[in-house]
Amino acid sequence: MTSHRTDRAGLIDRTQPRNFTFDGKAYRGFEGDTLASALLANGVRVMGRSFKYHRPRGPWGAWVDDPNAIMTVTLDGRSFPNCPAATTPLVEDMQARAVNAWPSAAFDIKAGLDLFHRWLGAGFYYKTFMWPDWHLFEPMIRKMAGLGDISRDAPKNYTADQVHDHCEVLVIGGGAAGLACARAAAEAGRGVVLVDDHPIFGGGLHQSVQIEDRTPSEWIADQLAAIMGAGGRVLPTTTAFGVYDHGLVGLAEYGAFGTAPHLHRMRADRIVLATGALDRPVTFAGNDRPGVMAVDAACEYLARYGVLVGRRIALASNNSLADAAEAMLTQAGAKITRISPQDGAIRALGGKQLKGLAQGLRRHEVDTVLASGGLTPLVHLWRHAGGKLDWCAARQAFLPGAAPDGMVAIGAANGTFDLDQALSEARAIGAGNASDAAARTYSLTPLWPEPGDKGRQWIDFQHDVTLKDVELAARENYVSVEHLKRYTTLGMASDQGKTSNMAGLAAMAAIQDRPLPEVGTTTFRPPFVPVPFEMYHGHHGKQLWHPLKRLALEPQHRAAGAALGEYGGWLRPGWYGTGNRGDLIRREVLSARNAAGIFDASPLGKIEVMGPDAEDFVNFIYYNTIRTLKPGNIRYGFMLTEGGIVMDDGVIARLTENRFVISCSSGHVDSVREHLEAWRQDGNNPDRIFIHDLTQQWSTVTITGPKARDILAKLPLGLDLSAQAFPHMTVQETQREETPIRIARVSFTGDISYEISIRSSRASDLWDKVVAAGEPHGATPIGIEALSILRAEKGYIMVGKDTDGETMPHDLGITIPRLKKKPAYIGDRSLHSDKANLPDRKALVGLAVGDGDKVLPTGAHIVDGTLSRSLGYVTSSYDSPTLGHPVALGLLENGSARTGEIVSVWHMGETRQATVCAACFFDPEGERLHA
Amino acid sequence: MQIFPCPFCGPRNETEFHFAGELGKVRPDTGKEVNARDWATYLYAQRNEKGLVREVWLHLTCSELFVMERDSLTMDVRASKSLRGDAL
Amino acid sequence: MTRYSAFTVFREGLRGQKGWDKAWRSPVPKPAYDVVIIGAGGHGLATAYYLAKNHGIKDVAVIEKGWLGGGNTGRNTTVIRSNYFYPESAALYDFSVRLYENLSRELNYNVMFSQRGMVVTAHSEPEMEMAARQVNAMRLNGVDAEFLDRDQVRKLAPLLNYGPDMRYPIHGGVFQPRAGTGRHDAVAWGFARAADAQGVDIIQNCQVLELLTEGGRCVGVRTSQGEIRASAIGATVAGHSSVIADMAQVDLPITSYALQAFVSEPLKPVLDTVVLCPPFGTYISQSDKGGLVIGGGLDRVPSYGQRGNLPMQEAVLAGLVEMMPALASVKLLRHWAGIVDVTPDSSPIIGPSGLEGLYLNCGWGTGGFKAIPAGGYLFAHLLATGHHHDLSRPFDPVRFTTGHLIDEGAASGIAH
Ligand SMILES: Cc1cc2nc3c(=O)[nH]c(=O)nc-3n(C[C@H](O)[C@H](O)[C@H](O)COP(=O)(O)OP(=O)(O)OC[C@H]3O[C@@H](n4cnc5c(N)ncnc54)[C@H](O)[C@@H]3O)c2cc1C
Ligand SMILES: [Zn+2]
Repeated sequence: MTSHRTDRAGLIDRTQPRNFTFDGKAYRGFEGDTLASALLANGVRVMGRSFKYHRPRGPWGAWVDDPNAIMTVTLDGRSFPNCPAATTPLVEDMQARAVNAWPSAAFDIKAGLDLFHRWLGAGFYYKTFMWPDWHLFEPMIRKMAGLGDISRDAPKNYTADQVHDHCEVLVIGGGAAGLACARAAAEAGRGVVLVDDHPIFGGGLHQSVQIEDRTPSEWIADQLAAIMGAGGRVLPTTTAFGVYDHGLVGLAEYGAFGTAPHLHRMRADRIVLATGALDRPVTFAGNDRPGVMAVDAACEYLARYGVLVGRRIALASNNSLADAAEAMLTQAGAKITRISPQDGAIRALGGKQLKGLAQGLRRHEVDTVLASGGLTPLVHLWRHAGGKLDWCAARQAFLPGAAPDGMVAIGAANGTFDLDQALSEARAIGAGNASDAAARTYSLTPLWPEPGDKGRQWIDFQHDVTLKDVELAARENYVSVEHLKRYTTLGMASDQGKTSNMAGLAAMAAIQDRPLPEVGTTTFRPPFVPVPFEMYHGHHGKQLWHPLKRLALEPQHRAAGAALGEYGGWLRPGWYGTGNRGDLIRREVLSARNAAGIFDASPLGKIEVMGPDAEDFVNFIYYNTIRTLKPGNIRYGFMLTEGGIVMDDGVIARLTENRFVISCSSGHVDSVREHLEAWRQDGNNPDRIFIHDLTQQWSTVTITGPKARDILAKLPLGLDLSAQAFPHMTVQETQREETPIRIARVSFTGDISYEISIRSSRASDLWDKVVAAGEPHGATPIGIEALSILRAEKGYIMVGKDTDGETMPHDLGITIPRLKKKPAYIGDRSLHSDKANLPDRKALVGLAVGDGDKVLPTGAHIVDGTLSRSLGYVTSSYDSPTLGHPVALGLLENGSARTGEIVSVWHMGETRQATVCAACFFDPEGERLHA
Repeated sequence: MQIFPCPFCGPRNETEFHFAGELGKVRPDTGKEVNARDWATYLYAQRNEKGLVREVWLHLTCSELFVMERDSLTMDVRASKSLRGDAL
Repeated sequence: MTRYSAFTVFREGLRGQKGWDKAWRSPVPKPAYDVVIIGAGGHGLATAYYLAKNHGIKDVAVIEKGWLGGGNTGRNTTVIRSNYFYPESAALYDFSVRLYENLSRELNYNVMFSQRGMVVTAHSEPEMEMAARQVNAMRLNGVDAEFLDRDQVRKLAPLLNYGPDMRYPIHGGVFQPRAGTGRHDAVAWGFARAADAQGVDIIQNCQVLELLTEGGRCVGVRTSQGEIRASAIGATVAGHSSVIADMAQVDLPITSYALQAFVSEPLKPVLDTVVLCPPFGTYISQSDKGGLVIGGGLDRVPSYGQRGNLPMQEAVLAGLVEMMPALASVKLLRHWAGIVDVTPDSSPIIGPSGLEGLYLNCGWGTGGFKAIPAGGYLFAHLLATGHHHDLSRPFDPVRFTTGHLIDEGAASGIAH
């Protein structure tokens, strides 16, 4: 195979060869090559296969517009699917494989599919595979579809950095216009960031011989030096992939191949779009053959990589830029034949190898066809930002029209295809001036697909959409651009229509005999080029994904051998010790019942509500009447949503006339605080109520069990702990070593309990003292699993577990406020809706099973006799260590009226019996509680 | 990423805010008889306008509710004001 | 109209595809119809189809401001399932799944309903208990459901992270084998073609600007193509329901939000089922073309702007990489958004609007693609008879007054 590398220097480093393989064969390229340029240099033309017909494909473009050469690249044992060869930098040892081809792109066993193309036209699958059933055909189709394959394990060291960034002027695109504009802006004193997705700035400039009396490389270096000298930043290999609300620009900054790009969330006061323009394909028979390439692509391959893509070249262009291309390619040694495609239908000859080009009866013996149907400005980002497009008849292109806020387009992206004009426009904009409408040197003869033309003419190369498919879509009335796109899949390939959209629209316009702009464009959707998912992920992973809240007492728990787990967003002791989990939890329950359990209750809410209107406020917030609560006393209550649904339960303590502490459940603290704030500020006088959440600042150690009082008495608090002086549901405040301490006598277990709260900085000391004081009594630390059992024995609920999105307070047996409470409270009116008044509402019940029976499964349903209907479900269920038999809570239709009834409990197909009972299995009289 | 102006803290990323409802909902006085329709209207009816909207937002980091006027189609933010202030 | 079949495809292949008819006509609107439906999304088109087919009402126009199927029907992530908790929802959505099971043959259009199953993972013991409650509920409701342990989830979705560093370790999950995906465009097009064949006029590029009322009754619509009168008017405009309701001076219990979707470049098959991991707020399936189709939660800001915003993209795609770390280097090809109509109880609204003569089918929010056949079927029943079908009665908007919400979101609330 002959080398296509010329002696034009290009931008590659010929002192640094790079070895790589493609479809198993070894090749050599240079540092600075892309996979595509290196393969072209080696005379390889067939680099892929199309999606549907498995037609051979060679590069059409030299950059992001190439839809053809798509490869799975393996480097250091890791595969990266769907790498476009035209933008993948060549790296030593890369192993590339064409996607969708086997064994190789050159010899693909599925190539025979192309023979059936006449039956596989647009949307054929909507019309068949229905009988007997789609499921019969689908697996085969799935296997045929898809492009690259992935490694099944996570990539190593593949983490994106994500940064917030800001600048005054963001210039997107570092070609002549972008460079000149960035320089002008920087020199005018503005903070500039210039980005370009190539590793080397300059855009198409490298094709030029000279610019402003300098070589392109010198000129580019001058601009970059000036920009940086004036304080600007330049980011090569950085793609602006999307513009989002309020002008946020997403930038993907690429590093070495195989590493994740970094995300810049860039905010710029002003965005200059200098993204250039692309050659659009010419639609002719066989235009998908390897060897048919964009004029500009051939020039880029020569200018950047020193690769001459062909020796005998037909140049089929309709515009004035062809002259420069001809000169450049001729100079590099190619023999050019100029073809005017508008003078008569052209046809590519040959198969995998291009054999020539025919126009009418004339045949041109060429090995390469370079085509251009005119330039299409890259206006994707303009459209993301909401900018309008105007049709320009002279340029036969959609150009930026009415601008989105803070955005301006310059250079080829703005239709300014002439270099001198582009420079003056860029400098004017950069300096903050308006640019005068310049004269246009660019000219072209309109050239669009002609319906009815013979032969297979490709519109979308990757997806195998031909002119006939567009005609079929039109015939079947899929004429809106979106229908056309979706029905034919035109524009949905990995280049997202960069090569195909204009031809598709034009074909539809011609078929319908409508002006092209009337057909419209499809939506330009981000990302501008595909970007890896990791870029959106960054470092938020693993334990930093919703980080756990940590207890001040964690070291104590660890020292005590706690099994720490996640409960309601906190890392908490589930139980202590090693060994059989069930046994350990059982032992903790028994020690709490027989002596005392010591429990870290710190995550419990400690939200203070203060101020002259605090009383009215909490009375309004709570379902229960709080107004009558005396200072020093505590009340259990519910907070409801305005819909009347129980959103939280817990106790509220009144410390003084105007100061309350709300102890909501640990998982609800944030939502309760928000709820309180919302009502405080919206509907109340915020100067008379203050809310202060001390949940994280204070820790709480609970002693619960018959020995709790004795243990507490050992702490030198100077309090009278007798049942008369310190009864159940009261609170005391005291000091210890000048640290305030609050002790609430409330219980979540049914046994006498004290919740001792203290500043978190003093919590460890408190914990140690309580544990030491408890030891002689046989008290041990208990985890949340034991607590769950203790509270279930007593029939205390957990909101969200023993209640659901329909549960109202009267379903939980607390009926008085609903019937009697006069002042308004949240959710009040909803408690009297039709639904709320139904007699058969699901209510909390206990469920008992026979002695020796197994525990009812949580999540089992209680069903009616015929198994046709669920009447409720088991919400909490445990084998009670205290009672020696299972206990369960549940929600059951008309539950309170069913006490004593035997019900069927259904779980995964099996039915058991249980007896409905009161939702309290332990000490129903409350003697232990009040002891 | 949108930028919302908290009247207390200044412009911040939208991720710091929580939508708290449309402006102008008045809670019926449930101390008196409220019919089911009025209550349902209060609970659930939304103007949900396309275009200019006035909404109550919560700035999570400072816990302040405020009123914001913005365009629900273009996402332009027109103004924001503390909830206590007069209407915009 | 040419029937679609392997035979006609073969024949037309030989004839250069010249013999195909229009899938639907582009008629000029008549001044009056029996029924006018606003919005040619899946629900509107299905309603028209079933009006003609089940009720013999063929003098129907479906009025669409853009191109048919261009709303959420053409933007969704195509998950079809009936894994609901409450009997009312299960009955509705399972009816829809059953209609879907025969829809391709019924419409003579391959909608590619692919019953590849759906796993919803559970990540803690309490979540496993909730999963059990869910599975039992589904089975009692007559919906297929399996309760999976970790190994069973692993067999179905090997790409999920089972490593020790997983933030929310997978304990098991709920599996619905009959769930799956369908081809969204094909559903719209299939209903459009079948409705058109029955004589329904589908009028595209025609925006409803105003309702015509007489004596407090809605008697027609003023559109960008003129006035069109009708005895009954049905609105199936999803995210724009409040805009139509506003024309009737009605406030609906609806807030419109942007919901985003994402698709990757095509890959060879790596994922056979639909997978939803609630703690990561992300779900994923792989289309027949090979693209990974990904969805997540609503954007934070109520919106009519049909475009996605970066914060939710980061949340959803970061969640995806946490869920399935092997996908980190796979590339996002395209993302977009639709405007969804979110109700307080996440259940749809089917019923009278409050303005006589105008009926609503809306509030499907993030999940109405799966309900298109049922929604159309039931709404057609309502428009034709003036009465609810038993399956749609619970979804009448009167529930907001009576308190009979069907709150699927809260049914599985989990908290400590
Ligand atoms: C990103 C995303 C993902 C989703 N994923 C799923 C999923 O996986 N599974 C699922 O079941 N559901 C999903 N959904 C929801 C589902 O797409 C919708 O619920 C469903 O498509 C609604 O159908 P529709 O026919 O009611 O509305 P649409 O399809 O939105 O149709 C409404 C039509 O009304 C037209 N219209 C509006 N106003 C007017 C007017 N004034 N005059 C004339 N025409 C008008 C619109 O142009 C539109 O075509 C998703 C939605 C989104 C946005
Ligand atoms: Zn603030």
